[in-house]
Amino acid sequence: MSLFSLRRAIRPADIRPELARIERRLFLRQGLSLGALTLLTGCDLSDDDATDRVLSAMSRWNDRVQAALFDPHRLAPTYSEADITTPFPFNAYYGEDEAPVLDGATYKLELSGLIADRRPWSLAELRQLPQRSQITRHICVEGWSAIGKWGGVPLRSFLERIGADTRARYVGFRCADKYYSSIDMATALHPQTLLALDFPDGPRPTKYGYPLKLRVPTKLGFKNPKFIAAMFVTNDYPGGYWEDQGYNWFSGS
Amino acid sequence: MAQTIDARPGDTPTVEAGAPLIHPLLVRITHWVNAGAMTMMIMSGWRIYNASPLFDFRFPPGLTLGGWLGGALAWHFAAMWLLAANGTAYLAYGLVSGHFRRDFLPLDPAAVWRDFMSALRFRLAHRPGHYNAVQRLLYAAVIVIAATAILSGLAIWKPVQLEVLTALLGGYEGARRVHFLAMSGIVGFVMVHLALVAVVPRTLPPMITGRAPRQAFGVEAPR
Repeated sequence: MSLFSLRRAIRPADIRPELARIERRLFLRQGLSLGALTLLTGCDLSDDDATDRVLSAMSRWNDRVQAALFDPHRLAPTYSEADITTPFPFNAYYGEDEAPVLDGATYKLELSGLIADRRPWSLAELRQLPQRSQITRHICVEGWSAIGKWGGVPLRSFLERIGADTRARYVGFRCADKYYSSIDMATALHPQTLLALDFPDGPRPTKYGYPLKLRVPTKLGFKNPKFIAAMFVTNDYPGGYWEDQGYNWFSGS
Repeated sequence: MAQTIDARPGDTPTVEAGAPLIHPLLVRITHWVNAGAMTMMIMSGWRIYNASPLFDFRFPPGLTLGGWLGGALAWHFAAMWLLAANGTAYLAYGLVSGHFRRDFLPLDPAAVWRDFMSALRFRLAHRPGHYNAVQRLLYAAVIVIAATAILSGLAIWKPVQLEVLTALLGGYEGARRVHFLAMSGIVGFVMVHLALVAVVPRTLPPMITGRAPRQAFGVEAPR
């Protein structure tokens, strides 16, 4: 039925590497219970792959719908200091005691991809750039939410300063905790998207992603990578740690 | 005989050569597509709920769909399109054809009470093709509850882009609770609905074939 037309409607640049697609498929397959499948479709597990293809295609469709719904000028609601959630929940794919400890004195943010000036940035250099801070709601893909205050360099001004190609499709991040993620350029240029240095008012405690975290109040929490080590600009879909396992890539709020 | 079924003024004749038409084709199709889509939405929704429960309980994993949070979200956000497309077709049909106006209205509280009390005493006559006052109330209510579920779902999905809607529903955390309540209302409706079909099983075939079996009228006690 529409599966093929849906897939054909995806522009070539949208098509993720085949390997990543297979990985995702396998992962979704693990997630399907036999009981649920037989109950809902009356089919046996041989239809598993087709189910996963449909779910993946629908997730790509939802990426496009969300990109269309995204208003680059609409700001996420902001809150007062009194609304801040304390203690702010720690959340990662590993335990709190496994969070990496980085040395701020030697830290350098590595740059690559479609960027004119790719020299790495120290924390001191980042702090010399104009800063912005805001109190916004962090919404986790799990459903819970918490309000926090983040301050740092607006990603837009940083991208402009380093001569990034802002017509490129994606901005990707690789992190010291082996996490990785990527966002669309429209969201990267949103005025509230920050390369956050401060949480809430000074350098962030280690477990919250010291020294650099992407703060995107227009996306779910897992699109806010912590412990950022490198940033790149690209037109090739970069995926992400959870995205490659089946979470929706755009995941916009 | 058909006249005793469709005797209300203003009704268009729905009688063909054989048994009378109870449920038009579009109502039947959307009913069953909705049953499937709602099942997917509720079962995957329970899995999503389990990732961060609002209350002091989790749904049994065996009753959920998706296997893990990512799978459940994939199902939920795929099935929502089926639910939305199907619901739109049903609402458009209900409004344009006069189905809602004719079959759900008027909603008279006194009649609801009267029919509710009769039903409790198992004295409520069932006339195929005609909704009693309790049915009218339930069907109208579940449409409103389903609309609430969809609106609160949108509010949770897009609390920034749909900030006004989310604020109307009590903010992000408020909308989560509204979404849960709406789900509970739908599940409650489904349980009553299925129980009543079990009590009056001859209401089931018309939702499949569209027509009431002839013998269904033989046992009918006209009100």
